[in-house]
Amino acid sequence: MAAVSLRDVHKSYTPELKVIHGVSMEIEDGEFIVILGPSGCGKSTLLRMVAGLETISAGEIAIGERVVNDLEPKDRDIAMVFQNYALYPHMSVYDNMAYGLRIRGLSREEISVRVKKAADILELGDFLKRKPRALSGGQRQRVAMGRAIVREPQVFLFDEPLSNLDAKLRVQMRGELQALHRRLGTTSLFVTHDQVEAMTLAQRMIVINAGRAEQIGAPLEVYAKPATTFVAGFLGSPPMNLIPREGKLLGIRPEHLEPCAASDALLTIDVDLIEPLGADTVVYGHVGDSESVRVAARLPAHALTREGKLALRYDAANVHWYDPQSGRRIDT
Amino acid sequence: MEKRVVFRSAWLPYLLVAPQLAITVVFFFWPAAQAVWYSFQLQDAFGLKTQFVGLQNFAHLFRDHNYLESFKVTAMFSALVAFFGIAISLLLATMADRVLRGAMAYKTLLIWPYAVAPAIAGVLWAFLFAPSIGIVTYVLKGWGVDWNWIINGDQAMLLVVIASVWKEISYNFLFFLAGLQSIPKSLIEAAAIDGAGPARRFWTIAFPLLSPTTFFLLVVNIVYAFFDTFGVIDATTQGGPGQATNILVYKVYHDGVKAADLGGSSAQSVILMFIVIALTVVQFRFIERKVQY
Repeated sequence: MAAVSLRDVHKSYTPELKVIHGVSMEIEDGEFIVILGPSGCGKSTLLRMVAGLETISAGEIAIGERVVNDLEPKDRDIAMVFQNYALYPHMSVYDNMAYGLRIRGLSREEISVRVKKAADILELGDFLKRKPRALSGGQRQRVAMGRAIVREPQVFLFDEPLSNLDAKLRVQMRGELQALHRRLGTTSLFVTHDQVEAMTLAQRMIVINAGRAEQIGAPLEVYAKPATTFVAGFLGSPPMNLIPREGKLLGIRPEHLEPCAASDALLTIDVDLIEPLGADTVVYGHVGDSESVRVAARLPAHALTREGKLALRYDAANVHWYDPQSGRRIDT
Repeated sequence: MEKRVVFRSAWLPYLLVAPQLAITVVFFFWPAAQAVWYSFQLQDAFGLKTQFVGLQNFAHLFRDHNYLESFKVTAMFSALVAFFGIAISLLLATMADRVLRGAMAYKTLLIWPYAVAPAIAGVLWAFLFAPSIGIVTYVLKGWGVDWNWIINGDQAMLLVVIASVWKEISYNFLFFLAGLQSIPKSLIEAAAIDGAGPARRFWTIAFPLLSPTTFFLLVVNIVYAFFDTFGVIDATTQGGPGQATNILVYKVYHDGVKAADLGGSSAQSVILMFIVIALTVVQFRFIERKVQY
């Protein structure tokens, strides 16, 4: 196991086409880091640079003590789980897991021990002789993880490994991933565009937008204090409301709004959409005359059943302020 | 879901397939049937008398030293053509797959030889390797190689193999390139992370995944070497020197047209026909099962 350092990492394909604009982060030994961002933000590129599948245009990446910029993937002592699993279709589950070990010249017995152990952890014992095509999506996913585990690498890299699974299986695999990390304690980098995965899995997360790190921190800390309007608008479902006030942007999360008497209203919206979700109801509307400023509020299940004016209040403690130009958080 | 067109009238479907059936019957079944019929007969050299002789033509063939020799030559020839045709095109496709800049031009140029007629290809190579005026001959002489395929059987074989392989590489290249491009990139990346170098990645991942393509091409190339190389041979060695490049299909032509042994030539065609049928059966039966992963 090892720490990973990203030091002002840049990636450009051509002088005009830059995809990563200087990302720095110190990842501690054994930490589970989630790289979160919308599609096309460069998060996968960042991970592939750590893996050695993409060159590093500028800056440094170090795994443990070694700077790995010029090392081949095989010399970096990492293992990667791909979005499409990338299982070798012509090999059995056993051979898929044993492939990397054979290349590294381990003895037949050692390989057998390691594969059996990984198969036990992942409950793949009954499938070792099968080919990948004879497995379900969840089982293939587990084989892909098994292939990473048997190598006992210093770092695990996950490139959206859960996005090809159905919703139910995804929840289950999320749990298994957490259990696995507790058990092995290997430094892990996990790329996803799914904020639920990020919130539940991460010890710390790094939110990427357009090749820049918007914020680095523990999930709840990032949720509680988004550093930029991008992070505020990306995390949360629905995300934080951003309302222009006094030349600044007032940020307030939908769950921090509550209905009140018209005389106490800090905010009055024209409700035009009601989404009852069972446990609670999300109402959407616009503020005053301006159609462009939309607000969402998460209210108790039966708080509102009709459209029209709705008076809302909030606690001053839950308010965030942002600079409309830079999008940065203003701490008062 | 199965989509099936249902015709209300009984004769329309037959009418629609009739042109194809007519072509097949007139140009394939009829000549084939005639070949079978002639193979049971013996004609005199001037085509005045014809006599039914049963299987005598076949019996005669298998006692004919020249015919058995031609079998050996054909086996050698098709093995060489298929092996080098596949090996070289696989190498080229693997390299083309890694080319990033100007990939289209590179691929287009590699496909061109396929458009050249076999006879022209043969003439082209025959000129390059001509014992008296060939440029390659000149270079070889400079290296001290005595090159004269007109009197040296092995060199004649080498010449027709080169010409035939050159012609077939383009076709194989296209299939291999398509095959390589259909292998997900992440598989190769996964192997790289697992520690495999480029050669190992190729032999343990790409090559096994290409096996259906390779097997298909193997059959196609053998059929090509058996039949389509007629033009190459006719334009260069004409089966010589001696019997050194007299492959089965050329011998059919030679015995039938030049030596006027219609019965014997027909018997040879019938044997060739069975070889093709066997190859086709092998292809259809095994391509789906054996080589799939």
